[in-house]
Amino acid sequence: MDGFLEIILAGTLAGTLSRVMLLRIDYRQYPGYPHGMVAHLSLGVIASAIGAVVVPALLKPDFAAVTFLALAAQQFREIRGMERITLENLDRNELVHRGNDYIEGIARTFEARNYLVMGTAVLTGAAYHLGNLLAAVIMAALAIIFSRSFMSGETIGDICRVEPARLYFQDTILKVDEIGIMTVGLKEMREKILQDGLAVKITPLNVNARATIHDLGQRMAIAHTAAVILGIKKDIDTPELTPLARKNIDTGDVGLYIVPMEKDMEALLLAVKRTPVLESARSKPLATQAGRKAARKNV
Amino acid sequence: MSDSAVKNKILAVITLEMNRVSGGAPIFLATTEEEREKTARYLGRILDAAVHDLENGSYIIVAH
Repeated sequence: MDGFLEIILAGTLAGTLSRVMLLRIDYRQYPGYPHGMVAHLSLGVIASAIGAVVVPALLKPDFAAVTFLALAAQQFREIRGMERITLENLDRNELVHRGNDYIEGIARTFEARNYLVMGTAVLTGAAYHLGNLLAAVIMAALAIIFSRSFMSGETIGDICRVEPARLYFQDTILKVDEIGIMTVGLKEMREKILQDGLAVKITPLNVNARATIHDLGQRMAIAHTAAVILGIKKDIDTPELTPLARKNIDTGDVGLYIVPMEKDMEALLLAVKRTPVLESARSKPLATQAGRKAARKNV
Repeated sequence: MSDSAVKNKILAVITLEMNRVSGGAPIFLATTEEEREKTARYLGRILDAAVHDLENGSYIIVAH
């Protein structure tokens, strides 16, 4: 009976540590700090405690105890729902929307992280039981490293080339290089946009990337990230200043237009590059034979 | 975005040529380009909507 307590403690500790490490990556996407942080840390502790109990339950052997893992899974699904609802409510008052795809991605991430935490706790508990404290520490470190690298996905900079582009008007149509963005009727607004606006062109590196930035949710996420990082001049009564990402229907390149608070091209390029590739937007036409065949024709 | 087609709506028309417009949205007749520009600016701000130039003498105010 004595050994069980140590196993549970080791597992819980490792799981909680893992949650803390994963939480650090969250700040950029989710401003729930510090109350959101408390909520997520508490849930992380609970998840790791549940995970940590698995090994002792098996040793006891009390197999019925393992069934509450199913209960835990149910709880974590609720976390996803909770995150989604919170973010959707917040998004309604955002001048530049995150978009449902981005929100769904964040919510899913929060759910998945709890499973990772639980897994870390199980593995650490098992390592402690089968080996010793050192084995548990090594296992915990491995699990945390895996979780971090596993959960930090690709960014736009990985799959696309992002370059400064020319922002100009053709009559009243605002254009980013050859891509038409929208029409702007008012002269003063056109002057404002030319004076303060910035534009970048996002060129996909391959067909998979093209399919990804074709996704409207992904483009909203790019515009949102850029707006959050550089600030935005838009207010509720100036919809013309909304950052927009439109694509060249022939090449699949995307032009992004924004009127930022800080007119800094370098910063804009970095902001666009670090936008996460959304899970829901990621697609791999090249993984199919038909997709590869279609791509060859285009080259 | 799929419901954007339903949301996009012409809220008002500001025109220099009354004989080229008709229909459901309120129409504002302007006599000079400056007046058209000014009316459009005011309406755009009041309605929180974007001003578009149809380049046929009419501006439209569209809620996106």
